[in-house]
Amino acid sequence: MAAQAMQLLVGTRKGAWIYRGDPSRRDWAVHGPIHLGEIINHVVIDRRGGGTMLMAAKTGHLGPTIFRSTDAGATWAEAKQPPAFARSDDPLTARSVDHTFWIEPGHADEPGVWWAGASPPGLFASEDDGVSWTSVPGFNDHPMYWKWAPPGEGAPDGPLLNQILIDPRDAAHMYLATSTAGVFESRDRAASWAPLNKGVEANFLPDPYPEYGQDAHYIAVHPLQPDRLYQQNHCGIYRIDRPSDTWERIGLAMPSDIGDIGFTVVVHPRDADTAWVFPMDGTTVWPRTSPGGRPAVYRTRDGGAQWERQDRGFPREQAWLTVKRQAFCADDRDPLGLYLGTTGGELWMSDSEGEDWRPIAAHLPEIYSVVAAPIA
Amino acid sequence: MTRVLIPTQLQSYCGGASRVVAAGGTVDGVLRNLDERFPGIRFRIVDEQDRIRRHMRIFVGQEAVSDLGRVLGERDEVLIFGALSGG
Repeated sequence: MAAQAMQLLVGTRKGAWIYRGDPSRRDWAVHGPIHLGEIINHVVIDRRGGGTMLMAAKTGHLGPTIFRSTDAGATWAEAKQPPAFARSDDPLTARSVDHTFWIEPGHADEPGVWWAGASPPGLFASEDDGVSWTSVPGFNDHPMYWKWAPPGEGAPDGPLLNQILIDPRDAAHMYLATSTAGVFESRDRAASWAPLNKGVEANFLPDPYPEYGQDAHYIAVHPLQPDRLYQQNHCGIYRIDRPSDTWERIGLAMPSDIGDIGFTVVVHPRDADTAWVFPMDGTTVWPRTSPGGRPAVYRTRDGGAQWERQDRGFPREQAWLTVKRQAFCADDRDPLGLYLGTTGGELWMSDSEGEDWRPIAAHLPEIYSVVAAPIA
Repeated sequence: MTRVLIPTQLQSYCGGASRVVAAGGTVDGVLRNLDERFPGIRFRIVDEQDRIRRHMRIFVGQEAVSDLGRVLGERDEVLIFGALSGG
């Protein structure tokens, strides 16, 4: 069977681009800019068969919206009803969506269903392929909401519900990541939520191991072994194997001069013991750049007991890269392709499971998200 | 009918027009009329709590408006701007 060509959906501070590769993943053709000047937090394609693309957008002036494409990114139309909180007459609890941050296709058994996470933390759902969105009361109106999402707390661009994951075995089993309260789990299709943060540090709070309050930068459920989750947290790299409810800090096995701070973790889709992180300096004033100015990914092949450095192809010195939450991903080719985008507008890839890296593009605006998917 | 100035940020909704006319006896009425003809435009100016977005400005003539219920006179013109803070 011929190797499948991949496309990279790139969201940036100033628009979106699509890079389409040839089957060898050597040459990439660029399509874009799309909605130049709009702040694009996420661009996602439906891999359940429909092929709809959704893009989370806003501008410095204009409110947030969702753009849809049903022709592989050639044209985009606006959602009829973008994510919005319910109207409230109480000014203390009247929330408005600042931006949609994360878009997640629903379970494979629920075509046309999508989920979205927003800032301030909010969960939204669409049942009509992203045309109209409704507020999900199970999270947004939960009695604990204002404890889980205290006003004013959160990431520099605002507090986030930054991720939604769905158990591939069960559409009702979901996970959320937030920047204000850590990870949450639902077993009733988002009707109710409970924190899942035991063992995860929050070294910026008086109680460093609270029930909630952690900053979950990124979580990953392994597609073939969905009881295994990895987490890149503000305070380190963790793993959990359900039904355990306690995370283990596997980042303690990282070299001490590198540390285990970063924004994202990527799992190997065919091997639950293999994962990659892109460490950044989390010391002193949190520079969040490659430690020592020498970029590298680190790979574990044993579930986090050991980590190995992979830096071939990256600059050897004076390269202070920052890779944000949604900007490091994998395809599902063999050997696996890895892709990352930097805040300096560089797009890098490896087609050797991290052994060698090369640039695909430079001079883009600040990259917020990179999603790899086969070209249909 | 009320004359409305459309800022560059929103002209894609109006087929590139910088000036349109709209029905409605209040600022909100004008925005809702615009939204019927140019779907989605209102939510990019006003949030779900009916607050004018932080980096948008609406004037009636020379007067800055924060109340969407502001009644419009026969000769009033509504001017919508992107604030300098939002670029």
